[in-house]
Amino acid sequence: MGDFSFFIEVVVGGLLSGVMYTLVALGFVLIFKASGVFNFAQGAMVLFAALTFVGFLEFGLPMWAAFLLALAAMLALAVAIERTVLRPLVGQDHMILFMATIGLSIFLEGFAQLIWGTKVRGLDLGISDEPIEIGGILISQFDLSAAAMAAVLVAVLSAFFSYTKVGRALRAVADDTQAAQVAGVPLGFIWAVVWGAAGFIALVAGLVWGARLGVQFALTLVALKALPVMILGGFNSIAGAIVAGLVIGVSEKLAEIYLGPFVGGGIENWFPYALAIAVLLIRPAGLFGAARIARV
Amino acid sequence: MSAQGPLLSVAGIEVMYSRLALVLRGLTLSVPRGGIVALLGANGAGKTTTMKAIANLLRSERGEVTKGAIHYDGARIDGLDPSDLARRGLSLVMEGRHAFPTLSVEDNLKVGAYSRRDGAVAESLERVYSTFPRLKERRHQPAGLLSGGEQQMCVIGRALMARPHMILLDEPSMGLAPLLVEEIFSIMQQLNAEAGVTFLLAEQNAAVALRYATYGYLVEGGRVVREGPARALAADPEIRASYLGLDASAEADGASLAARRRPRWLS
Repeated sequence: MGDFSFFIEVVVGGLLSGVMYTLVALGFVLIFKASGVFNFAQGAMVLFAALTFVGFLEFGLPMWAAFLLALAAMLALAVAIERTVLRPLVGQDHMILFMATIGLSIFLEGFAQLIWGTKVRGLDLGISDEPIEIGGILISQFDLSAAAMAAVLVAVLSAFFSYTKVGRALRAVADDTQAAQVAGVPLGFIWAVVWGAAGFIALVAGLVWGARLGVQFALTLVALKALPVMILGGFNSIAGAIVAGLVIGVSEKLAEIYLGPFVGGGIENWFPYALAIAVLLIRPAGLFGAARIARV
Repeated sequence: MSAQGPLLSVAGIEVMYSRLALVLRGLTLSVPRGGIVALLGANGAGKTTTMKAIANLLRSERGEVTKGAIHYDGARIDGLDPSDLARRGLSLVMEGRHAFPTLSVEDNLKVGAYSRRDGAVAESLERVYSTFPRLKERRHQPAGLLSGGEQQMCVIGRALMARPHMILLDEPSMGLAPLLVEEIFSIMQQLNAEAGVTFLLAEQNAAVALRYATYGYLVEGGRVVREGPARALAADPEIRASYLGLDASAEADGASLAARRRPRWLS
């Protein structure tokens, strides 16, 4: 195999694993964009979603039914969070909401394991992990399917935000909450929609990562992978999360292969964070962070 | 819609922020159906707080109405969700031109129709465009790139998209050139005369506001200190001296309204 085709293979592998990071980061970005809250509980939601899905599978339900039921559970969870956590805290400082999401994440982790137990479960989505060869390059079938799922998810979400009435109202809330309320947009409903969408993303992320790592408590740590992605892409940019996820995926693989040997390897795990710190020094708002539109 | 009594009545409301700062102290006013009523006063007098109290926006700023009641169209409205008011036909145009900067002008207007369930939104859109032709030219631009006057038109147009019976207009003249101020006020007058929209107008610029309004209230330190038909207020020597800067002879009494005001921490 030539050096160049090996390089391409590393890049493609990196792009595909980057998609998995994007998937987690999207949930954060969505909530941050709409309400300015950094949702610490996103990782716990991934665990909750994956456990619920696997739990329904164990009842003997077919995969599509388990998916729909898990989705319904995530939507119900979003409504419950809006009623019991967000609504009473309207108008409070963002730091207080952030701390509320820390509490929420601890509750969700416990609640999920209370219902479904703590044992590690395997999750087989029925996608084989055999690499296939395309144009002389080996590509993981599983990664390819995960990427396709993420692409569909992003397309659905962006169509929803761009072309529907609720999506438009959601962008209005992100721009100016009070003005949106005055215009007749019910804030509670919009927040429930946003958290529901974040729950949907958590479910897809939970399936993909759960199939990779097994459905277990460690899934909550997947959220940490999203941090450098968000710092790189900006906290409030969906496009930023997509591009940054891919950049991180590719750069960590390239760093591991080409820089790793000089320092004894193991770069992959910390390289994204080093990259994020470098970005913070140069562009604190991230590559795609909100450059507020304002006429001077 | 019940036909009797004022369309909006604010009865002795007190507003407190963070359970600490009393900003309104027993403010009372009423707006008749089809009227244009001006709420005058200096910075910090409580005009915007009054508007936000009516629109139920105080909760998100940790403020609350601690006393008194607000009735609109015969029903008590304090305690409703802010978004309910649009459906009841009461719209607020906030101080400081709160257009949605990243949304296009057309999307801004469409958000204004969020509460409507009928299918005639496109028709209303055309009506707003014919009232504000400049918005039509810029319909696909992000609203954040409009000039100040155009943004003011955009937010008024957005309020109109809900087909309101009443609009609360907070400082529409702020930071606009005099000609533009006249244009906006004459559009207000036209909407009032042709579509029967009732207006409550908060303004620092008393000279202009009193020319367009039928009745006025002067607010100082969170309560109404003077009220009357607009023409009578405009002729009042003390108001002329303190708010219109027209007649220095009133200073001779040594008792302008502003000077007579008691220090806040004593009242």
